[in-house]
Amino acid sequence: MNPVGTQTETTPLDVESIRQDFPILRRKVRGKRLVYLDNAATSQKPQSVIDAISHHYSHSNANVHRGVHCLAEEATEAYEEVRRKVCRFIHGDDPSSIIFTRNTTESINLVAHAWGRKFLGEDDEIVLTVMEHHSNLVPWQLLAQDTGCKLRFIDIDDDGHLRIDRLDEYITDKTKLVCMGHVSNALGTIHSVRTIACAARAVGALVLVDGAQGAPHGPVNVETLDCDFYAYSPHKALGPLGIGVLWARRDLLEEMDPFLAGGEMIRNVTLERSTWAGVPHKFEAGTPSVADAVGLGAATDYLLNIGMENIRAHEKYIVSYAMERLAELPFIRFFGPRDPADRCGLVSFIDTDIHPHDLGTVVDQHGVAIRSGHHCAKPLMHRLGVVATARASFYIYNDRDDVDALIDSLLAARKVFRL
Amino acid sequence: MTVSGLDELYREVILDHYRTPHGAATIENPDVEVEGHNPLCGDELVMHLDIADGRIRGMHIDPRGCSISVASASMLAQQLEGASLEDALELKKTFQSVMKGAEWPEGFDPGDLEALEGVKKFPVRIKCALLAWMTLEQALAEYDRDLVGEVEIDRDIEVVTKKS
Repeated sequence: MNPVGTQTETTPLDVESIRQDFPILRRKVRGKRLVYLDNAATSQKPQSVIDAISHHYSHSNANVHRGVHCLAEEATEAYEEVRRKVCRFIHGDDPSSIIFTRNTTESINLVAHAWGRKFLGEDDEIVLTVMEHHSNLVPWQLLAQDTGCKLRFIDIDDDGHLRIDRLDEYITDKTKLVCMGHVSNALGTIHSVRTIACAARAVGALVLVDGAQGAPHGPVNVETLDCDFYAYSPHKALGPLGIGVLWARRDLLEEMDPFLAGGEMIRNVTLERSTWAGVPHKFEAGTPSVADAVGLGAATDYLLNIGMENIRAHEKYIVSYAMERLAELPFIRFFGPRDPADRCGLVSFIDTDIHPHDLGTVVDQHGVAIRSGHHCAKPLMHRLGVVATARASFYIYNDRDDVDALIDSLLAARKVFRL
Repeated sequence: MTVSGLDELYREVILDHYRTPHGAATIENPDVEVEGHNPLCGDELVMHLDIADGRIRGMHIDPRGCSISVASASMLAQQLEGASLEDALELKKTFQSVMKGAEWPEGFDPGDLEALEGVKKFPVRIKCALLAWMTLEQALAEYDRDLVGEVEIDRDIEVVTKKS
């Protein structure tokens, strides 16, 4: 995810025109203009995505991969077209390597069950980082309990970068899998996936990347990242809630056992036993959310039309401004990389005198939506020595006026607390 | 009031408790040690009780959380030091029902707790105000199961008992 140029004073996006595409941005919250800065939790949806879902139910609704009637054919074709589109989006070379799940969490659980339980034992180690989202931690804890494999954790430095200088301490001959976020949801750090993948390759370990905060915010190329599994949640990338993506190397998917069992994922079934369908269907038991897939297709079109490099450049522009404005406030302390080139459009911070929950409540009264809490990364909060932070996360429809509104609401919070 | 409800939520008395909470002093050899967690927001609260003759003789509370959860814990310590276990449990029940929408009982003096009424307008923050009280209930249950009876399980508040 390389930034385009170093220009941070301007954005390549026409934010005003983008905002027109998002109906929710026209609503008022607490009588104020909605300033939505919780995009790392979920993004808002453009009209084209809402329309695509509505159109699917109005015109093409049918179950997929069964039935020979016209609607079933249309729905199946629409569903499979999105698989091809998503494959192009992350620069994979084989659409069969794309599995639709419910979300990133399910994608990671799929790998833990279908690959981990089959191939890991008590002599093996999985390397994670201390800043993983719980969704890329807890599945591995359960796997470790079941298989006896061990978990090891790459530490961070004080600026929220992974200690890649000490990789040889963590990644050893025992390492079979390295699981890491592409971008930290709590600090915004863009990780050096390639560097870590290279160390993993050297010992023959596989690499899983939790792309929940990566895929929405810049170009993703699973080949150049050199990973084996890549998971993301389209709902953080303008798509609907309820559908997730897992990309995996085809040869791995072939040798993995199924995750969920039922209809759709079988080749042949007798009362005694069954055989599995080929990939990707082996991993898609039951009726999938076809309409959400169609919405994902529309969201992917929208993003590609803007250009992922442009989105990355825009976020760098907006986060630079946010960090600059926050730095003007002596009572604000922010976490994570100082250099906007190393972070996506996200700032985690605290007011040294006001708890993040109180901050969240006060800024909400000004129409500003931020997240406050541990960001599903409690071990990281512990590592940073805080119980919670406030987090502002930006996307394509945010501009400097949103940052200004955030700053004004932070100043208002000082007044509420008589500071 | 500048922005609706905020001044009512963050009353001066709440901020006073937040800045200088009661119950900060540690106690030697507590009879009960519990730790309450609110997994939704990460708030934590350590509570030590020194109990003698059916009364709370001493109480240490170390709340790590927002102003509402700290102020509520502080008021708890202020009101319940020296109280009988029955009265402590009764106040917990009353406060909890008020947070859930009930009025204070006729003729009841809630003291500083009245200031927490503003929280009712912010439903997502009620959990903050209740953390110390749920932790207290668990602490009392650890000490005397018969007194408390079946503890209502609040799935959003996890209580870890250290020693009883």
